[in-house]
Amino acid sequence: MVMDQEMGRYPSSSSSSSSSGAPNLHVLAVDDSHVDRKVIEKLLKISCCKVTAVESGKRALQYLGLDGDKSPVEFDGLKVNLIMTDYSMPGMTGYELLKEIKGSSRLREIPVVIMSSENILGRIDRCMEEGAEEFLVKPVQLSDVRRLTDFILQGDEDRQKVGSSKRKLWDVPRSWFTTSCS
Amino acid sequence: MERNLHRQLANMKKSLFDQGYLDEQFIQLEELQDAANPNFVEEVVTMYYRDSARLIQNIDHALEKNPLDFAKLDNYMHQFKGSSCSIGAKKLKNECTQFKEYCETGNGEGCKRTFQQVKKEYAALKKKLEHYFQFARQVGPVEKACRPK
Repeated sequence: MVMDQEMGRYPSSSSSSSSSGAPNLHVLAVDDSHVDRKVIEKLLKISCCKVTAVESGKRALQYLGLDGDKSPVEFDGLKVNLIMTDYSMPGMTGYELLKEIKGSSRLREIPVVIMSSENILGRIDRCMEEGAEEFLVKPVQLSDVRRLTDFILQGDEDRQKVGSSKRKLWDVPRSWFTTSCS
Repeated sequence: MERNLHRQLANMKKSLFDQGYLDEQFIQLEELQDAANPNFVEEVVTMYYRDSARLIQNIDHALEKNPLDFAKLDNYMHQFKGSSCSIGAKKLKNECTQFKEYCETGNGEGCKRTFQQVKKEYAALKKKLEHYFQFARQVGPVEKACRPK
């Protein structure tokens, strides 16, 4: 795999989240509302995350290389550490997107958070049963985002202590390669 | 002089809160403003007014149909309410909730009446916020968001 070869050139510091120079979380935000996308993007950037914001479940699946048209090997987006999706979207709901992601052997480990303006117990239960990490009631607050990112980063640290070198490779963002290559 | 302008701005904001136009969410947005994005709230609000104009039109057209498609109306209003919440538009949010309730009970007259209110509030808030942001730009960035008492 190309990434393996390139890794050799750079100092291997698959360090913990607390050190500077550690990779930031990359979050994929999915929301059909332009306003909400702008706000969630800001919340995430303030929390030192890299953000990719898309307007539909379909686009999200395309980005993740799971739209059926491309084979996973052609997927060239940055590794996604967290997906935050609105529940009510035209076409594919956040719940349906959640099911697609959890149904994929390649992507199911990515934590998915559902956001909804409606606090409906049945809806929340369904999402949690399908494997959502959390269900946030809109409007999403900075404290929600900070709590989430801390949780994800802590999870990454724990995984690295136990973990596999393959996981460490995935943690390295592609931007390290592109900025250092001449 | 500068402090006086800041105080005037704070009073404008307090008045918007006291009159129920805005809620806590507006403050949350202001707290996201930083040196990189000193006009973040104004940008969000501008985006809101641009995007929601289309929704308002859609609802207007849908209200002219006979019979009314309440599911469609509810769907449009859900989107509109969501964005209104996101910018902290309290009065608007409440009118939207009322509209949705009328959709649920299939009350066409209620919907039409409430929507007139929605449009009024929408226009009133737009004017007030335009005025607020215009003044805020003159005053310059404040060090931190001031919470109205």
